[in-house]
Amino acid sequence: MSELTERHTLSLKVDNEPGVLARVIGLFSGRGYNIESLTVAEIDKELRLSRITIVTTGTAMIIEQIKNQLDRLVPVHAVRDLTLEGSVIEREMILIKVVGEGENRTQALQLADIFRARVVDATHNSFVFEMTGSPDKLTAFVKLMQPLGLTDLSRTGIVAISRGANGF
Amino acid sequence: MATTKEKTQSPTRATRVPVAIQMTGAEMVLAALRDHGVDTIFGYPGGAVLPIYDALFKQNSVRHILVRHEQAAVHAAEAYARSTGKIGCVLVTSGPGATNAVTGLVDALMDSIPILCITGQVPTHLIGNDAFQEADTTGITRPATKHNYLVKDINKLSRILHEAIYVAMAGRPGPVLIDLPKDIQFATGDYYGFDAAAEPIGHPTYKPRRDPDPAAIEQALKLLATAKRPIIYGGGGLINSGDEACRLLSELVHLSNFPCTLTLMGLGALPASDKNFIGMLGMHGLVEANYAMHDCDVMLCVGARFDDRVTGKIAAFAPGATKIHIDIDPSSINKNVRVDLPIVADAGAALKALLAGWKKMNLDAARAQHQADLAKWWRQIDGWRARKCLTYKPSASVIKPQLALERLNVHMKELKAKGKDTYITTEVGQHQMWAAQFLHFEAPKHWMTSGGLGTMGYGLPAAMGTQLAHPDALVIDVAGEASILMNIQEMSTILQYRLPVKIFILNNQWMGMVRQWQELLHGSRYSESYSEALPDFVKLAEAFGATGLRIEKPADLDAGIKRMIETPGAVMVDVMVDPKENCFPMIPSGAAHNEMLLGPDDKADPANAEDGMVLV
Repeated sequence: MSELTERHTLSLKVDNEPGVLARVIGLFSGRGYNIESLTVAEIDKELRLSRITIVTTGTAMIIEQIKNQLDRLVPVHAVRDLTLEGSVIEREMILIKVVGEGENRTQALQLADIFRARVVDATHNSFVFEMTGSPDKLTAFVKLMQPLGLTDLSRTGIVAISRGANGF
Repeated sequence: MATTKEKTQSPTRATRVPVAIQMTGAEMVLAALRDHGVDTIFGYPGGAVLPIYDALFKQNSVRHILVRHEQAAVHAAEAYARSTGKIGCVLVTSGPGATNAVTGLVDALMDSIPILCITGQVPTHLIGNDAFQEADTTGITRPATKHNYLVKDINKLSRILHEAIYVAMAGRPGPVLIDLPKDIQFATGDYYGFDAAAEPIGHPTYKPRRDPDPAAIEQALKLLATAKRPIIYGGGGLINSGDEACRLLSELVHLSNFPCTLTLMGLGALPASDKNFIGMLGMHGLVEANYAMHDCDVMLCVGARFDDRVTGKIAAFAPGATKIHIDIDPSSINKNVRVDLPIVADAGAALKALLAGWKKMNLDAARAQHQADLAKWWRQIDGWRARKCLTYKPSASVIKPQLALERLNVHMKELKAKGKDTYITTEVGQHQMWAAQFLHFEAPKHWMTSGGLGTMGYGLPAAMGTQLAHPDALVIDVAGEASILMNIQEMSTILQYRLPVKIFILNNQWMGMVRQWQELLHGSRYSESYSEALPDFVKLAEAFGATGLRIEKPADLDAGIKRMIETPGAVMVDVMVDPKENCFPMIPSGAAHNEMLLGPDDKADPANAEDGMVLV
């Protein structure tokens, strides 16, 4: 069995009840698993279902353990390993604040245009950009903005869904 | 309790319409327990559970056992469950009641014991206000239970009660907790009765797999067909599955003539006297069991979880074996040891499928070709058996703890011949391991010990729970003088309910297992392991109203044990044993199965001792 660390995106369908997120997070901290990113929101109001997307790292054996342990939690309906399934769409959103004047300000605006980031707030010496894309693209944008006066940023974490006709 | 219990007319499930009965939350708790056939609940009252205690007072179907500490309530309920196969039930108050119960809950979680624990909580409007005796019970017990609930709506209580019992029992069993605020206990709502005969309880999505994949069973049989050095390694999953699973195990063992070893949790799943039983395996397991595990070529694991006490050094665990793992819990598979063929199923269901397949695929014929190999394997195992690894140096002047248990075992056998069953519970430490080695269990559910969590103080309340479930049986808590003090207050409970529990203390005046590790791994620096200022256990027993006995000489053992058994009521026996005796054989932490220490003259490899010191 490979000892190489792998990065997997897991998608969970869970009952939207108090404590469900604590259960999932507690499992990760209690058993020493990694969480790189975690997002959660209700996806079905009527059935009171939420979807949790977790990006985690570990050896293949650990990833298998994580999935089995998650699946064992009573309010967890299903666990899918989107990475293992092959074709997955991963998206993240970022809000990024850039403060500056003159050349830097113009350059920030030009780069935002190239990256298809939207300006959602502007003052004479600052912008807040909103951008959605793959996590890599967001990271690249952040890197470019750093020398141009990046002062604050907020990322949502990854949401993911499988490609093709099959649902959860 | 509601004054009238409405019964539906139709007994069939399809036409049965659930009828709601109005009652209070507290009454619902009792109604649900009654509906699920619970006859006994262990608990301790307090402000936040008074409405339930009031409802308890007004009914007759559920008997309440008043313990002296909430931890003991859970252990007693665990033993009640383990010795009967039913669910164990606990009722405690909020705050300290709940936090005291936590050790018991984790114990039940580790050993997969079905428990329903109902805790009182401060009224909903006070939750989060640091109210008197408030604790975040669901928060604290989230990793201590299989599942837990905080009920904030009276109309959900009925469903939650039924669901909680289902979750505790289904799949790999475990403790489930319901935190019930006081205002919900007083509130009135609809209770939907539960009739076990008419409907299966369940959960909309939590449905653990019970039946094995037929393809995996076929693959397993192919591996078993050609095995040269097979072994069956069984665990607590067999006991949890039930008597039928244990009977099927015997059938498979005899059909195949394979050797079978059992874990601490699995003792009794195959009778100890069975010729194919090669003893317990693991850290203090038998040489023949551990060596056979190390050298086998096909391992069939049924309902065990490759615990670190069993495997020793993972990298050197059964290196040449093709491993088949049957477990009802998918997360137990490939957790510590990577197996070649996982089978997610109930132990009994899997064994049934294996036996059916064995006959269908005519494995007898296939096995006939490997008779010579199997005979050679048995000769090898018999060679290991001949080393008689449980041999100890006898003494005429001081009682060896092994001798005390050997004699106890003889008395147990004599009683069995007269038709009296003996149930054994233990505390944790050397005495526990000696009990596992020297007492012979011929049937499942007769051995209650804290395996996974290793909880000192387990045995006395466990003996209480067992005795309540089996009033006519002999129940003995094999204890150490350190462990017994951890829940000694339960002597009061034992006396209150006139339970004829026998407490057999192997008193070596040390926390024996700690002392043994300090001797072997920490240069004999006996840091804080001496049992200083021990009570006089004879007087202590008498102070509680029980009989106290002391045995000091090997020659007095038989008479003392006989007196313990024949004295009516609770008896505490203080057996003064050799303070320096160590428990062997032993696989030091970090060592492999074939690197066992066989006795006091065997020294651990210093390299291993260094590695082992950092392990537990």
